[in-house]
Amino acid sequence: MKRCFYLKTTRDGSFYRMRRFIVSLAFFAAIVLVVVLNRRAAGSAVGLNTASIRLHEVAESIGIDFVHEAPTLDPKVQPIAPHIAALGACVSVADFNNDGNPDLYFTSSRFGSNNALFLNTGDGTFHNHSEHAGLGALNRAGEGVSMGAVWGDFDNDGFEDLFISKWGYQQLFRNNGNGTFTDVTEQAGLRRWMNSNGAVWLDFDRDGLLDLYVTGYFRSDLDFWNLRTTRIMQHSWEFATNGGKNLLFKNLGNGRFQDVTDSLGVGSTRWTLAAASADFNDDGWPDLYLANDYGPEELYLNKEGKRFELARAGLQDDSKSGMAVAIGDVYNRGRHDVFVTNISEKGFLFQGNNLRINFLKELDRFDEVASGVVADAGWAWGAQFGDLNNDGLLDLVIANGFISADSSRSYWYAMSKIAGAQGNIFEDARNWPAIGKASLSGYERSRVLLNRGADGFEDVAEAAGVTDLLDGRAVAMADLTNRGALDVIIANEKARPLIYRSSPPEGLHWIELKLVGTRSNRSAIGAEVTVEFGNVRQRQVVDGGSGFCSQNDRRLHFGLGRERPGRVLIRWPSGRQQVVEGLKADQLHVITEPK
Amino acid sequence: MTVSAQAPARSFAATAIDPRYLIVFLITLVLVLGEAEYGILGGYDRLATTLGICLITEIVLSWWLRGKVANLASAYVSGISLALLTKPQANILWPFALGAFLAIASKYVLTYRGRHLWNPSNFAIALMVLVASDSVAILSHQWGNDLRINLIIWTFGLIIASRAKVLHITLTYVACFFVFAFIRNAIVGGPLLAELAPITGPMYQLFVFFMVTDPRTTVSTRRGRIIVVAIVALVETLIRLAGDFQLPLLRPFYVSPPILALSIVGPIAMWLDLRRTARA
Repeated sequence: MKRCFYLKTTRDGSFYRMRRFIVSLAFFAAIVLVVVLNRRAAGSAVGLNTASIRLHEVAESIGIDFVHEAPTLDPKVQPIAPHIAALGACVSVADFNNDGNPDLYFTSSRFGSNNALFLNTGDGTFHNHSEHAGLGALNRAGEGVSMGAVWGDFDNDGFEDLFISKWGYQQLFRNNGNGTFTDVTEQAGLRRWMNSNGAVWLDFDRDGLLDLYVTGYFRSDLDFWNLRTTRIMQHSWEFATNGGKNLLFKNLGNGRFQDVTDSLGVGSTRWTLAAASADFNDDGWPDLYLANDYGPEELYLNKEGKRFELARAGLQDDSKSGMAVAIGDVYNRGRHDVFVTNISEKGFLFQGNNLRINFLKELDRFDEVASGVVADAGWAWGAQFGDLNNDGLLDLVIANGFISADSSRSYWYAMSKIAGAQGNIFEDARNWPAIGKASLSGYERSRVLLNRGADGFEDVAEAAGVTDLLDGRAVAMADLTNRGALDVIIANEKARPLIYRSSPPEGLHWIELKLVGTRSNRSAIGAEVTVEFGNVRQRQVVDGGSGFCSQNDRRLHFGLGRERPGRVLIRWPSGRQQVVEGLKADQLHVITEPK
Repeated sequence: MTVSAQAPARSFAATAIDPRYLIVFLITLVLVLGEAEYGILGGYDRLATTLGICLITEIVLSWWLRGKVANLASAYVSGISLALLTKPQANILWPFALGAFLAIASKYVLTYRGRHLWNPSNFAIALMVLVASDSVAILSHQWGNDLRINLIIWTFGLIIASRAKVLHITLTYVACFFVFAFIRNAIVGGPLLAELAPITGPMYQLFVFFMVTDPRTTVSTRRGRIIVVAIVALVETLIRLAGDFQLPLLRPFYVSPPILALSIVGPIAMWLDLRRTARA
């Protein structure tokens, strides 16, 4: 009966035409909807910065006259050398001379170019202290070039020492306490040839001595200036395991380190670009979170210092191009959430950055919630959380841009030819199209994302005063002038660094905490601090290296909004717990671990 | 190779098993292998959205416009193809929902002499990358760049294409791709493998087994199909050269040359073929 009806209506053109008209209308309305939704796509939304993050670039005026230089490589990989060598601009912060002012260390990556240690004079300016310190001329043929640096007092003498990640022989410098440093790599047992882009200090066994985790990117048997093969690239864009092996060195306390990688199970070969350490699952032991290029992120949970266990945690299938690990308590829940940068390029690739909210205690996993401006920042590199306006919520700064060369030419199409191919084709650098003078996600602006709590993040970079288009790599944060304001330092590839001085709104409170370990490592790296204010609590960890080849000042900065600080709960790396009350707002407090 | 929502295609008539179900098997194999090994979907919500809307749209539109519910094999293949090919910005589902609706609805709206002109998933994905490139890219997941999975799918794909009597289309395309790759290499220089490399990737598996061979959107004669697919390969090469020479106007096209080439050539060929057969 029904069939007859429809045949009838089909024969009766008016019914059929009406229905077809309705379907056509819906069809074209759907196309219009696609266009509208696309226009509203994240990444194009720029906020008005009504909450007043104010940043003013001052690097040159305060004496930072450094320019990063990229490495030159073996001519065998010359066609894609700009791609391979687009790394190495690092910045790490520490008060190396204990004068109460955070100093800055920048790396350069070309033979003959110098790294730079800038001493903070305390009057808002810096001067280059590298030559006196012996930390400048480290990029030499046969020894390799610098790619990252992290400060940590490995010998607990009260002075921050410096480990330098290199493509070449890694280096450890002991701080002599008089403004000079001594290369102790050989004595420490750390003279290893690696192609490393970063390292992180942590006390994994809570013995009061800082241990060292060094990440491997390219394989460690490759000498980029004397290549015996061009099969040096990843064998998969998504699940590559042919990168350099990460190494964990246990500090033996006698100036020597022991390679314990295999016995502790942390020797990932997944092209790790960045690592960070904190107690993510709240069991009292510092864990390791890795951002891997061409692969999924990895979370190694520390099993009481005896071994590490690779957790699933919702990470194992989400394969992207991890570049940086930033740790922050995004919603003031007293948890360490994680932000990992990735790549987005209109039309070609939307990997999207990850904002992983920590539900390890309840669900044994992170929930990935990035969307909009958080997910899409371009070809994102370094990132860090920090409360830039002292409103009590951690904001986020992301450095972007890979290769800024000829702006009229892009390498994306050429790269897309091989990106979908079989791994054994693009594993060989000879099979890559030459990049020439083309850009690859070049001239991308940095992002400053204002945390609006439950309303999400808003990109306020332009209104805040951040408009640079340099190829940002490392991001670090520090209160460089002890004003209760977090400044932002960005190290740029083949360019000068930028220092954005922050001017948070008047009337909002803050506290800063400098922790000094006694039973714990002296730097207190790994100390977990929760500050209660109003009806929330925010957790931070003393940084042993995070972001991408960067390290924040190990003094912790908490914005409090209109509130006063309540209890401060400290869990020292030794495991000792301490509660401090009655701290005054708007001050730096030095807290020493009870013996 | 999205199969008809109407009667079985003429080229399938001689086979014992309805080739529609072989295609369904093949796309399911691709899905299961890719997801099990490499999580190619990026979330089951994507598959549920795309497949669900494809099936519902097919059911509703076929019943409403044609008086009976069409065989759902075509919608199933389109749904899975779109779920695999569409790679949008993080955590947005609307490209899957709207893409699925547009794919199936195009079969009922964009018609000529009662036949649809575009392969449904080809139409939807081409439209998305052209008008929604701020939100949608194609297949950024590469299934691990793994030779094993690739060989399995090519093997099954070629067998099924043979059973479905569309192997000549697949092989012509592959042959043309190789010839044009050599020509492109002669023009632009660089490593030859870089020009050959794309066809070893998963997007091409979906393209040669599920799009370019779709019997409902290929022309009526064997010779015609061979000519048309060769033209598709030629247009793809022109788009690729535009990419090599960085022609800004064509940038939206060179994010996915084969799919956009088919979206241009396919409907024109179909229109000419239908017009010619109607006159005859």
